[in-house]
Amino acid sequence: MAGQDLAKRESTQAEPKGREQELALAPPVDIFEDVHGITVQAEMPGVSKERLNIQADRNNLLIEGDMVIDMPHGMEAVYADVRATRYRRSFVLSGELDSDKIEANLNDGVLTVRIPKRAEFRPRRIEVRTA
Amino acid sequence: MYGSLFGSFDSPAFDDFRLVENALDQLVGRFAPSAAIRAPQRAAFPPANVGATPERVDVYLFAAGVEPKGLDISIQQNLLIVSGSRNVPVDEQADYYRKERFAGEFRRVIALPDDVDPDRVDAKYRDGVLHVTIQRREAARPRQITVN
Repeated sequence: MAGQDLAKRESTQAEPKGREQELALAPPVDIFEDVHGITVQAEMPGVSKERLNIQADRNNLLIEGDMVIDMPHGMEAVYADVRATRYRRSFVLSGELDSDKIEANLNDGVLTVRIPKRAEFRPRRIEVRTA
Repeated sequence: MYGSLFGSFDSPAFDDFRLVENALDQLVGRFAPSAAIRAPQRAAFPPANVGATPERVDVYLFAAGVEPKGLDISIQQNLLIVSGSRNVPVDEQADYYRKERFAGEFRRVIALPDDVDPDRVDAKYRDGVLHVTIQRREAARPRQITVN
């Protein structure tokens, strides 16, 4: 479909350069922790795997993605809840998390990022010995 | 890019306004208030965008992680009604720090132009976006009249 091609082409050609201040949506997230690590689930509808960017170093986790929306040529906005096509959100990591072993998975616009704890930081149950 | 769908404020005069608006949006949530009578309260799920051309109306619902087969999409007169539910499994063993994702049943009603043809509707779900296309009636399209 021509509309789809156009939308894709626009989004690659019009890739903003040096426009870091361009408005970005903060995706809603769930964050939870179990004994093995921390999981972040972020909602990024419209983002495909190819347009997802996840960066992690010792201190930070950055999640970014660009939507690709199939739009017919000459479309005019009637109503818009969503007013940007880029998602961006970052989190500060703590030292016990092993950012080299982060795993990510994107499914139907839901990104799941799993950050394991370093083995030595996993809680150990301390047995109390009775004499 | 996408200026035609994601807000029609693309002229440079609006840039400053957009920055302020963006900062506000970040602060209070992603949704700008709407005066439409059926507009949902802030943070309603799923967010929607609507765009139109002379031939058709395109509705986009940003509903990540929804089972498409469980969606109920109907058109009554010029109202598009989408309902369904989203299951977000909760890990009972885990401690939650943030729970921002919507879970449960949802329903959105979107008013379409009066000239839509309820018999010519197409719906696709991809990457978490439900895209509903509704064709408009021929008679309502603008026509060029030539003078003989």
